[in-house]
Amino acid sequence: MSSIGASLKDKFLNGALSITLMSVLFGFLRGGIILLLAGFNPLEAYGVILKGIFSRPKYVSYVIIYSTPLIITGLSVAFALRTGLFNIGAEGQYIMGALAAAAAGYYLKLPMVLHVFTAVGLAVIVAAFWGGLAGWFKARFGVNEVISTIMLNWTALYISNWAITIPSFGRQGTGKTYAIQPTAQIDILGQWKRTPEGIAFLREHPMLWDVLKSPVNLGFVFAILLAGLVWYVLNRTTLGYELRAVGHNPQAAEAGGISVKRSMVISMLFAGGLAGAAGAFQVLGVSHRIATLAIMEGYGFDGIAVSLIGNNSGPGCVFAGLLFGSLKYGGSKIQDVMGAPTEVINIMIGIIIFFVAMPKLIRMILAYRKRRERN
Amino acid sequence: METFVNDIAFIIGTTLMYSTPLIFAAVGGVITERSGIINIGLEGMMYFGAFVGAAVAYFSGDPWLGFFCAGLAGASLGLLHAIATVSFSAEQIVSGIAMNFLGVGFALFISRLVFDGATQTLTVPKKIPLPLDFLFGEGKLFASSGFMDLVFNRFATVYLAFILVFVAWFVLYKTSLGMRLRAVGEHPEAADSLGISVFKIRYGAVITSGFLAGLGGAAMSIAVVSRFSNTLISGHGFIALAAMIFGKWKPQGALLACLIFGGAKGLEIYMGAKGVPIPSGLLATLPYVLTIVILVGWVGRSQPPASIGKIFDKGEN
Repeated sequence: MSSIGASLKDKFLNGALSITLMSVLFGFLRGGIILLLAGFNPLEAYGVILKGIFSRPKYVSYVIIYSTPLIITGLSVAFALRTGLFNIGAEGQYIMGALAAAAAGYYLKLPMVLHVFTAVGLAVIVAAFWGGLAGWFKARFGVNEVISTIMLNWTALYISNWAITIPSFGRQGTGKTYAIQPTAQIDILGQWKRTPEGIAFLREHPMLWDVLKSPVNLGFVFAILLAGLVWYVLNRTTLGYELRAVGHNPQAAEAGGISVKRSMVISMLFAGGLAGAAGAFQVLGVSHRIATLAIMEGYGFDGIAVSLIGNNSGPGCVFAGLLFGSLKYGGSKIQDVMGAPTEVINIMIGIIIFFVAMPKLIRMILAYRKRRERN
Repeated sequence: METFVNDIAFIIGTTLMYSTPLIFAAVGGVITERSGIINIGLEGMMYFGAFVGAAVAYFSGDPWLGFFCAGLAGASLGLLHAIATVSFSAEQIVSGIAMNFLGVGFALFISRLVFDGATQTLTVPKKIPLPLDFLFGEGKLFASSGFMDLVFNRFATVYLAFILVFVAWFVLYKTSLGMRLRAVGEHPEAADSLGISVFKIRYGAVITSGFLAGLGGAAMSIAVVSRFSNTLISGHGFIALAAMIFGKWKPQGALLACLIFGGAKGLEIYMGAKGVPIPSGLLATLPYVLTIVILVGWVGRSQPPASIGKIFDKGEN
């Protein structure tokens, strides 16, 4: 028993988790110092952020809504990284998924549940193809996946913007597409909350009403399921074992009879499909349409941060995504309340990742503290 | 005939304009990666440089001071990246991603404080000058909007970018410093045993790459346009990174890659202006698709420096 306790303690103090927690702590400390230097009270700012996250049910549900796509793009990056591939392309795969979901949601006429599955399925297939392309370019032609995914991101962005200009799809002059059919939406009680009975009922239940003021949807549930799926595939299947083996040591994996090229393509197919699902849930659950993009929205790039903070694991991405989502949502409030630049959140995230990158430094600090305690 | 010649000149001119910021950052990338340190944070360094360059140029009225400070801004992030990757054996890609968040964060944070809550600067009073106009007077040397004018009468940053490529090539391949830098990138243990300070070389290379990426940002914010805005640098650093890999980790290769990319951009703008019957939206994908096609068709595998991304630890602790 004691050995389990000791190993848990060891894991906590010296393992990845403690490094992440320390990094988050450093992020908040440094973020506070920067706010202080800029003439703002950091405690007040963190108070505003915390209140902005937890003080109303609506806020909490917004945090979850913000976190959902980040968790899933985080999973996408994490999956590829386990095979040793750096998927900067989650952004473009997300865009392709969103585009496919918006098109399927608008053009197809299908019954309720089937419509959702078809739209998500199509989004996953299109985005998996988009990710798989990068994997295939690498396996077949030796093209570095960092370049090809960067190029595919921009290609996806412009294809999506072009699609919106198609008259039957995009509402002319608005830069947006028509809303998807109600049958394809995954909002929770989305239709009902606008009916007279719904409004009458919600008046009596203010808490529920508050939650339903945000576009609550099933996306988060799917995100959790996908995190479980990623964990299962990577850790409990032969395929996952092979993919991880390639990530660890491609030469050894090849010598052991695993096809490195095949693994690259499969890994990128999977990663692309995940990022595409993120785009699909965002369209089906939150925006119900896609809009012209002047620049990248950043879901894919934020996904890189989520994956890194979450130690490239399925469950890790869920927590890191929630952390990122809450900072993003809560952090947007310090601008209005106290005029402090909300971009302090970017700085904090940057510092957290900076320290996550340096486990050596954190171990040195922990060891130093341990030594001091002993003396 | 004359319009045709002028059209060509227009495409070349646009190519040069779009390539310049990329060339600065890509050469920076070459220098750091040849020393063995990946710098995926070029984007953040360009972003921060673009802001600092425009802000300093706005307040001081001196575009060159802005340009230099932009370099310092990028270099400061480079220093952070060097501390993490060289001194503390950090995961280089992870630290680079951190630089991207920090670059955007610092730029917008300071911008909001200094420019009344806005995420863009005001228009700078003076942009980086056009050296030919400066030396010979406007429209004196070449007839304005003629072929020579469109091609050669460009911002000073364009000339500097080409000079930079030459200098970087010269230093890397013709000096002992360059030889040491490449040795450190290929085989740090061997370099170390010969008495080359891996530590110093890598610090220098990473900071230099930050400086150059910062200059690249300013080449955008105070030459191509005349202010910084939050959407100005959107992916340029990543494209520079791609150009560096495309150019096989050589300054001259990176230059060529940036020119191909800028050329595709110039062609896209030209075809758009001429009303070529391809939807303008799809035409915009041209530079990116072309890059992929070239990579798949002709370039293929590019070999990074041998020890890139690997942690070098002298084994003192």
